[in-house]
Formats: sequence, C-alpha cells, structure tokens
Amino acid sequence: MIVDRKDFPLLAANPELHYLDSAATSQKPRAVLDAMLEYYEHDNANPHRGAYALSARATERYHDARLRVARFVGVKDTDRLIFTRGTTESLNLVATAWGRTNVRAGDEIVVTGLEHHANFVPWQQIAIEKGAKLNIARITSDGRVDIEHFAALITPRTKVVAFPHISNALGTLNDVATLSAIARKVGAVVVCDGAQAAPHMALSLDQLDVDFYAFSGHKMLGPMGCGVLVGRRELLEAMPPYQTGGDMIEYVGDERTTWNVLPHKFEAGTPNVGDAVGLAAACDYLARVGMAKVREHEHAMTALASARLSEIPDVRVFGPPPDVRGGVASFTVAGIHPHDLATILDENGVCIRAGHHCAQPLMRRLEVPATARASFYVYNDEADIEALVAGVARARELFGAVA
Amino acid sequence: MSTDALYQELILEHNRKPRNFREIPDADRTVEGRNPLCGDSLKLWVKLDHDRIADVSFMGSGCAISKASASLMTGAVKGKSREEAEQIFDRFHRLVTGTLPESERESLGSLRALGGVAKFPLRVKCASLAWHALHAALESKVESVPVVSTDAEGGGPGEGA
Repeated sequence: MIVDRKDFPLLAANPELHYLDSAATSQKPRAVLDAMLEYYEHDNANPHRGAYALSARATERYHDARLRVARFVGVKDTDRLIFTRGTTESLNLVATAWGRTNVRAGDEIVVTGLEHHANFVPWQQIAIEKGAKLNIARITSDGRVDIEHFAALITPRTKVVAFPHISNALGTLNDVATLSAIARKVGAVVVCDGAQAAPHMALSLDQLDVDFYAFSGHKMLGPMGCGVLVGRRELLEAMPPYQTGGDMIEYVGDERTTWNVLPHKFEAGTPNVGDAVGLAAACDYLARVGMAKVREHEHAMTALASARLSEIPDVRVFGPPPDVRGGVASFTVAGIHPHDLATILDENGVCIRAGHHCAQPLMRRLEVPATARASFYVYNDEADIEALVAGVARARELFGAVA
Repeated sequence: MSTDALYQELILEHNRKPRNFREIPDADRTVEGRNPLCGDSLKLWVKLDHDRIADVSFMGSGCAISKASASLMTGAVKGKSREEAEQIFDRFHRLVTGTLPESERESLGSLRALGGVAKFPLRVKCASLAWHALHAALESKVESVPVVSTDAEGGGPGEGA
C-alpha cells in the first residue's frame, strides 16, 4: 500500500478487512471527514445568498473547493467545472440538456460495448425520444474497443460519441486521443465517462480532446453525493439548463427567465458545499500521494492479482493485459457463480463485487451472466490479493472442484 | 456464521444437478423471474390439472442458492394443490427469513437445507426467486407473465458501478 492504512478510520477499525471494491466506492481518509466536519462546524450557511459574513465564508469555501478540484484534474477555466451528484447525474445532464437540443431524428449516437449503464441508458433514451439511432461499437475478445468497427460506425450523421476512459467492469483503459480523433473527423461531440479514471490516474483535462468529461467524488476518497462534469465552455453556454430553480437564474420575469452564468447555470438549488469541500480534500490527499504513484501501485496490484488468479484451475480473468488496464481484476471460476464466490470470500473478510457491474450489454457480449470483480486502490497491498486467492481456493474446495 | 452452513451438501448437489431442469412444452403457465440487482433470471413452467400442479420445471442462470432452491421447490410442490403450494411457500419464506418456529420445520422436508439462508440476509432474494415466480404463475390467469423480484428482502450483492 502507498498510504497509511491508519489514515482510513474504517480500515483502521477493521484490520482483518480486505476491501477490494474501490471501483464501486472508495474508503474515506480522516482528512476528508475532518474537512467536512470542519466546514459544518465553522462555515456552514447557504452560499450565494446571505448578506452576512458567514454566508460569504460558505460561498468562499465552495468556490475554493471548485478551484482545488479543477487544479487536480487540470482544468484552468474553473467555470466549466460543474458540481453534480456524481457521474450518473453528469452524464444525464449532457444527454438531457445538450442531447435534447442537438440530437434530431435520423441522427446517430455511438457508444461502446464497454459502457456502464450510466453512459448507455441516457443515450439509448435520447435516441428513442428523438428517433435517432444508437450504435454500439463491438469489443474484442480481450475487452478492448474494436477500433475498426468503432470507426466504421462513425458517419456524417453521428452527432455524439460516448465512451468510458476506463471500463468499470473490466478495467480496460481506452486511448481517448485515438477514439476522439475518429469522432472529430465527422465533427461529433465527444463524451467521456471518467468515473474509473479520475481516481486512479493523473488527468490534464484541458489537454484531453473531449467535450464533456464526468466523474464521481466517492470513488476517489471523497464523500458520496458529489461529482463533476467538465464541459467545453461554448457548448455549456449554448445549452439550455438541466434543472431550473434557485441559484441558476439571472432574472425571473412572469413570462421568461434568463440564466445565471457558468457554472451556476447548471447548479440549480442550494449547492452541496459540504461534500464539495470533502471532494477537494480528497483531491489534495491524492495529490500528496502523487497520481503517478497511484497508477504505478495499481498496475502492480492488477498484474499480481491477474497472475495469481490465473494460476488457479478453472479461473478465467477478463480484460486486456495490465498495461492497458486500470486497477480491476474481473474473473469467473467455472462451476461457481460469482454471488456464491462473493459470499464465501466475505466470510474471510474479502469484499469483492459480483454481478453484471451495471454493464449488462457488456456481459451479453462476454457471454457470461456475471463476473466477480476485485478492484484496487491506494490502501490495498499483497496481503489483500493473497486473501482473495485463498478465498477462491476455499470456494473451489467447498464446491467440490477437482484440483 | 460459516458459509458451510449455507452451502450444505444437498444444496451443492442440487446446484450441480438441478431436478426438473427442462421445458414443459404444453405448460399452462410460463413465468420469467428476474432479480434486477444481480441479473439472475429463471423461467418456470407449470402444468396444471384442475387445481393441482401436475408438473413444474425451470431453467435459467443463477447462483447455487437460487438454482438449488428452484430445484428443491419443483420437487416439493409437484402433485400439490395451489393452496398447499402457497402454504409451503409461506413456511419456506419464514424459514429463510428466520421466523419459522422449530415445530413447523419438520413439514418442509428437504427444503430445510436452505435454512442457513436466514443468517445471510443478502441471499434471501436468491432463495425466494423461484417461489415468487411460482406464486405469480399460480395467481395469473394469463399464460405468461414476467415477475421481478424487488421485494424488501435485502439488497442484492450484484448491483453497482
């Protein structure tokens, strides 16, 4: 591990726990919890409203949180960083506010077979609503986007292309520049689901050729309920709002309303200052560790886990080689359903995810109903992987597999 | 709670070789049971003889608990009247949720092997899926209905990002 396990109260209180489900949500360091508590104890008020010093402090804390998160992901124009509830809301915002205005009957939308439901269902629904066509790029047998097929799907009718930076189910690390370049040839808008990338690798979003990039705070040591959408300024300015109400207006007439400037136009209602402060503290914590080191550590964990699991008979590890994979080991054990495996591992304190990982179209393409998924983060080490491997061996014994 | 108590030999055996794992071409009712959280699904066929379950079978994919439960269920309700089958379901449901008194356990026969589920609340849904499908099949007047197990039996282990 590359952090002190004692930094994480939940892990410190459960020394026997092998938490291998960070792709679902991460544990939280004391620094994040303290920052949120400190905000509520000292600076809490409704920001952007009150004409008193406390409200001004809350406003300042919210503004400061935005600056720190923006710096962490390499965004200079902080107005184009919108706080949302998480990746799902960020992507729904794009599909709804941008999609409803720009996608028309006969248009085409391209997604990949790797998609999490959050970057699939919103596009599917917009396609149904508008009479557009949703095309799904095939994946290769080792879980990468089939670039040839992807390129063939992109035509002058393609309005938007959506793909994950890193697949949540398999860990596949996509080459964003390559995929974007293909989409740009026809002038399509590029939407990238960064939920599994922002927590695990250094990002320079100003340099990344995408129009919209979404991620969640809770997967990167931050609190649940706070995420981010980074959008291209021209697009955000031209789009209608996603939700309407307080804070996002400039002037409300009886007949018409004008919108506040970015980023407020997309942040209707009282902002989630406490969680934004927590997310900023999480970014600071990760920056201190160093994102290059995070990636290097997870690469080592993934390589070790894949190698150790592959030594077990009847185990199949999915996805591309660890060099092009995030901190995820998705696997099946012949004759043992992933749910049963998860229950047996749980007895040994090993927490893994079992199921379709909100990626049913992908599971259909892999021709499995579900997989078991171990995912790694800064607080995991070799002992976690050995506990995983021992648990899989025990499950095989229990289910009567012949060694 | 040890998983050994959950995965009794009878359950593992029914998982490996499920009984009545087939179609009934001339079934009176077919029901699809799905667990939206984990993606598990099974299809149930019921052949009725007036009020009696003349034949019942299932196919599908799922964990050992859901498969063994479906398999054991087909054995337990075949030849029973609707009312008897519903009574067994009621007792079974109380068994897997840990509320069935000792005095009523005997009557459940081999279904008692699933008693360990009571200590694993996350798996109650797995054990109940086939039974909910059977209930829907016996209730419905139409030939085919989908049933989705979304009852308050604890969250599934499968959803997620």
